[in-house]
Amino acid sequence: MSRTIYDEMRASEGVRAHYQAFADWLDRTPSAKIAQKRDEAERAFHRVGITFAVYGEDGGTERLIPFDIVPRIIPGSEWRTLERGLKQRVRALNLFLHDIYHEHAILKAGVIPEERVLGNAQYRREMQGMDVPGGIYAHIAGVDVVRAGEGEYYVLEDNLRVPSGVSYMLENRKMMMRLFPELFATQAIRPVEHYPDLLLENLRAVAPSAEQPEVAVLTPGAYNSAYFEHAFLAQQMGVELVEGQDLFVQNDAVYMRTTRGPQRVHVLYRRVDDDFLDPKAFRADSMIGVPGLFSAYRAGKVTLANAIGTGVADDKSIYPFVPEMIRFYLTEEPILNNVPTWQLRNPDELSYCLEHLAELVVKEVHGAGGYGMLVGPAASNAERAAFRDRIVAQPDKYIAQPTLSLSTCPTFTESGLAPRHIDLRPYVLSGKTVNLVPGGLTRVALREGSLVVNSSQGGGTKDTWVIA
Amino acid sequence: MLCRTANELYWMARHIERAENTARLLDVTYRMSLLPYELIEPGLAWAEPWAVPLITSGLATEFYQRFQQLSAENVLRFMTLDAGTPSSIYCCLRAARESARSVRGAITSEMYEDLNSSWLEVRVQDYDRIQAHGVSEFLEWVKMRSHLFRGVTFGTMLRDEAYHFIRLGTHVERADNTARILDVKYHTLLPSAADVGGAVDYYQWGALLRSLSGFESYRKIYSDVITPRRVAELLILREDMPRSLHSCMNFIHETLEVLCDANSKEIERAAGELHAGLHYGRTDDIIALGLHEYLMEFLDRISALSGEINRHFLVPTY
Repeated sequence: MSRTIYDEMRASEGVRAHYQAFADWLDRTPSAKIAQKRDEAERAFHRVGITFAVYGEDGGTERLIPFDIVPRIIPGSEWRTLERGLKQRVRALNLFLHDIYHEHAILKAGVIPEERVLGNAQYRREMQGMDVPGGIYAHIAGVDVVRAGEGEYYVLEDNLRVPSGVSYMLENRKMMMRLFPELFATQAIRPVEHYPDLLLENLRAVAPSAEQPEVAVLTPGAYNSAYFEHAFLAQQMGVELVEGQDLFVQNDAVYMRTTRGPQRVHVLYRRVDDDFLDPKAFRADSMIGVPGLFSAYRAGKVTLANAIGTGVADDKSIYPFVPEMIRFYLTEEPILNNVPTWQLRNPDELSYCLEHLAELVVKEVHGAGGYGMLVGPAASNAERAAFRDRIVAQPDKYIAQPTLSLSTCPTFTESGLAPRHIDLRPYVLSGKTVNLVPGGLTRVALREGSLVVNSSQGGGTKDTWVIA
Repeated sequence: MLCRTANELYWMARHIERAENTARLLDVTYRMSLLPYELIEPGLAWAEPWAVPLITSGLATEFYQRFQQLSAENVLRFMTLDAGTPSSIYCCLRAARESARSVRGAITSEMYEDLNSSWLEVRVQDYDRIQAHGVSEFLEWVKMRSHLFRGVTFGTMLRDEAYHFIRLGTHVERADNTARILDVKYHTLLPSAADVGGAVDYYQWGALLRSLSGFESYRKIYSDVITPRRVAELLILREDMPRSLHSCMNFIHETLEVLCDANSKEIERAAGELHAGLHYGRTDDIIALGLHEYLMEFLDRISALSGEINRHFLVPTY
């Protein structure tokens, strides 16, 4: 892959057309005013309490995710391609999930090796043969997209379990509109604020029965790192935010404990991992689950979004097969690229990668959050050697990808405006139809040269504008 | 509404109110401690007023486990910024903010932001700074933050069930705390029995009135010298005094009428009974029974009522 780095704002011949209005504004706005606006943003985020918890940190367990005021702008034509590609991908992933929990057609056809799916730790045998409303498993998908080389988009990861971050997308937009109304007045920036309505509509569409379905958001509790988001979404949708202790199951129906007695719940937008959902069915030591929930789910009296067992489809060992899934289920060509991926379980791919460790990114198959990975070019010889030993010991636990030169976007740093690497996480919703709001969460690696955008590792966020 | 949500809202309101009343209790103690005891009997009583807030809030045992000596500084440290004293101002604000955080969907964002600001401010306070600026300034700040929160609540919140549970928590706590602050005078020593009705006695009642924001109202209503009988009337029986027991019970009774349904008639009845006692009560009877005895009985009954509210609405056992 090419070594050039794609700059979102500037091409060699000057500012790209879709950034022109912003660049002009930047030129004519005094730096003191910009500094004051940045300060205002920080204070507002603190007061509103948009924080996330960092595990294993004493004292300052609540931190702000740094917010950068330079937006990431996507021209409408690019967005339309992205949108079609994302919808296509999520449709195929839902069909895949339905298939592997029913007929296993894709395995029988030999497109994906059977043991890769059925032997996967994320595969939930309990789900085999069970029907879910509309055949939808991944109601909310947070698909991580990056841009590399000459500006091509690549899907890096499909997050199909409990993807987070959408509250930052919404709060970042609110902040930008408050700080810079003049930028919104003069440009056609497509709105994202209807995301909660869209989410609620999708959740209602998958309710078990036709009558007025009661939706609730299930959170692990106030100490969860994404608690702010859980509360935020519940409030924006106007539904209850419940914890495991607020629910109980009777005759396979799920009820909330309310001040007026028990009240039925039909759809749970759950932000609790599979393992902790029901101590009777999964981990018995779960203190945040609801005993009997899985039985109610099997009985079709409550819908869980996302479904149980979606993790098998976003596993990094399954990821290389997504383009094949699209061809298999939809008989379409994939619109979005996958990143070329070496599977280290295959001896020849392993030996190639061990020779080229210095150029590659190696990831744990089940890892997440930017942990358990090696960024070859940035690592020291000693780090590479240590990682090499871990790979050789258990090659099937790893995949490798070329180090993508992620695109950069100008970002305010201590030494002024400078390019920093970014990615993009749009949120794809599936209910009656597959839909998404124009935009997503842009994450930015604030350290110079860093490719790791995860908030747990010093990443920040930006507002994402799709310009019509 | 979820029982857990109702519980958090109720305790959020109680903790804010408790922070305010702890400030009031310390304020009256501070004022009383400035009165001239040592002039009359040096060495005996100067520290005595500082035992009173510990007694009325039931914290004396805990205090002596932690501190060797009763002193203004130790009591103030213990009840303002101490992270280990459950009803210190610091802990109350922390608990209120934690409750708000866990149910922030049920309150307005203005309310959460206000409470969060109070917490962020108290978190960086330290005792030496408070001391340097004067304790009164800090206590004043606590009261103002509580007023502000109530104002934000009143001004921004939908009059839904959540609002009613907040109002219920505020007034249950206030009724309890007003009774405790009124009882301060009972525990506060006078230089000698001969001083009953004397100047120090008069100033003590004045300090107590001030700490319950009742001094100016007293002047307006009675335009006369301060007598214990009138203080009792003002802060127990008058329903137009926002911190009086009667006024608190008006709110509690009214709110419970909205919250109760066919399954919770007993709570409504118990609140009605307690309310009627204040509505139709006579100052003479209170004085005849003894103010302290009357207040102790009231505290028992309000605590029983709050137990019922707990069992029925907040932590049900079905």
